[in-house]
Amino acid sequence: MARMKFLCDAERCIECNACVTACKNENDVPWGINRRRVVTINDGKPGERSVSMACMHCTDAPCAAVCPVDCFYTTEDAVVLHSKDLCIGCGYCFYACPFGAPQYPRTGNFGSRGKMDKCTFCSGGPDTDSTEVEYDKYGANRLAEGKLPLCAEMCSTKSLLAGDGEIIAAIYKERVTQRGYGSGAWGWQTAYRETVGV
Amino acid sequence: MRIWSVDRLISPVVAAFILVFGLLAAPAWAQTTTANDPAQQAVSEQQLLDEFGKIKGRITIPDQKAATLQQPQGRDYQSFQRSTLPWVGAIAIIGMLLAIALFFFIRGRVRTQAGESGQKILRFNAFERLMHWTTATAFIVLAITGLNLIFGRRLLLPLIGPEAFSTWSSWGKYAHHFVSWVFMLGILVMLVVWVWHNLPDRYDANWIKSAGGLLDKSNRTHPPAGRFNTGQKLVFWSVVLGGGLLSVSGIYMLFPFAFTDVSGMQTAQYVHAIIGVLMVAVIIAHIYIGTLGMEGAYEAMGSGSVDLNWAREHHSAWVDKQQAKGKIDGRPPSHAAAEPAE
Repeated sequence: MARMKFLCDAERCIECNACVTACKNENDVPWGINRRRVVTINDGKPGERSVSMACMHCTDAPCAAVCPVDCFYTTEDAVVLHSKDLCIGCGYCFYACPFGAPQYPRTGNFGSRGKMDKCTFCSGGPDTDSTEVEYDKYGANRLAEGKLPLCAEMCSTKSLLAGDGEIIAAIYKERVTQRGYGSGAWGWQTAYRETVGV
Repeated sequence: MRIWSVDRLISPVVAAFILVFGLLAAPAWAQTTTANDPAQQAVSEQQLLDEFGKIKGRITIPDQKAATLQQPQGRDYQSFQRSTLPWVGAIAIIGMLLAIALFFFIRGRVRTQAGESGQKILRFNAFERLMHWTTATAFIVLAITGLNLIFGRRLLLPLIGPEAFSTWSSWGKYAHHFVSWVFMLGILVMLVVWVWHNLPDRYDANWIKSAGGLLDKSNRTHPPAGRFNTGQKLVFWSVVLGGGLLSVSGIYMLFPFAFTDVSGMQTAQYVHAIIGVLMVAVIIAHIYIGTLGMEGAYEAMGSGSVDLNWAREHHSAWVDKQQAKGKIDGRPPSHAAAEPAE
């Protein structure tokens, strides 16, 4: 089985936000929630870089560790998913997430901020694959159809890579070797406790 | 003439010079471009993390929390929730229970040495009792629902299954959020009503020196005390200060991100959880000494009136004051029972 990962090549990201739009459209993401976003660092200064970020599907995921109701699980493809039926909307996973992935439909803690929503690596949730119930709660299940997440699939500069960790790391390494530079796989050290050595 | 000749002369010379120099310099210049690594000036992840601890940037969506690209501190929060907090909580609570059990078996109940006099005096009026029990009930609800978030997943979930546990925790969360306001109000009222009786007084040093008579198995040591002895004052200040910290950190969590960023939310949670489990331990001790641990103590907060002999043994200075005020009928102050030979 593959170990699914995301890798954003910051030298290629042009901050077009197509990944954000693709994600919202493909998964019918609730209003106010961004499962994926593009953050620009040193905006307008020399050396500015943009990085597209979503859930990194961490190894030993912090969200899963801190969840008081244990609603997270890791799939065979190492994708970190959660059950919206069990989630109580406590907000701990947001405090734990190094990448700001978990979000809630409402902001206040009063009453409820609703069930947490986050990137599913386009692989749905615990409900039966490719059903309407699953789509309503979690969005598309492209993995079940043999496809990769849409954000990466339609990235125009192929900055955002999604797929088996070893394969995307190899692609990135080849790029860096050919062009002679690269600022590394952003977030990998924190998420997977390893970097892409070039 | 001069101008003509200069024009004529300079142009070809300059052109040739530029051409020759250009041809020579071009490869060198091209080489510099390649060597000028476009990533050289680029921000590096490790450098940003070393410098700022987290990585922030600009985003084009309204949710400003999303501007934080990475906060590795989430990993610290993870280890706090997974090991530090459960360990601190378990040690504090189980440790307190063991200490109390040990104390009970060695020391036994604190008895009223002189027995009951049959005469009752008012210790806590109806308002004080209402205030105490409202806060107490709120605290118990908050403690149970709070501890559920720390230990429920490990202890209760395997017993009742994920669906039932999730439903219970969800209601627990609502209860925690709404009952918290009752608790906060209770802490405030308690502070106002009882703070005057809980300031340090001249009896404290002696009380501490003789450990409040707690260690004397014969029940004969009764250091004089005002309305509240030093032990009770310590409980009062733990409740007021601990409850105050719980309230402040709790309000931060009730209105997430209204006053702070993600690091602040983590800090609020650290403070809330640690103070919370310590408070549970303190209150366990308070419940013990107010019920099983001491004969005659429960009546004070139960019916509001205590036996005169009990009051003389445990709060002699207070009894004297009440008597001076004429609130106790008959009998002159007797120090014989209240104060042992020192």
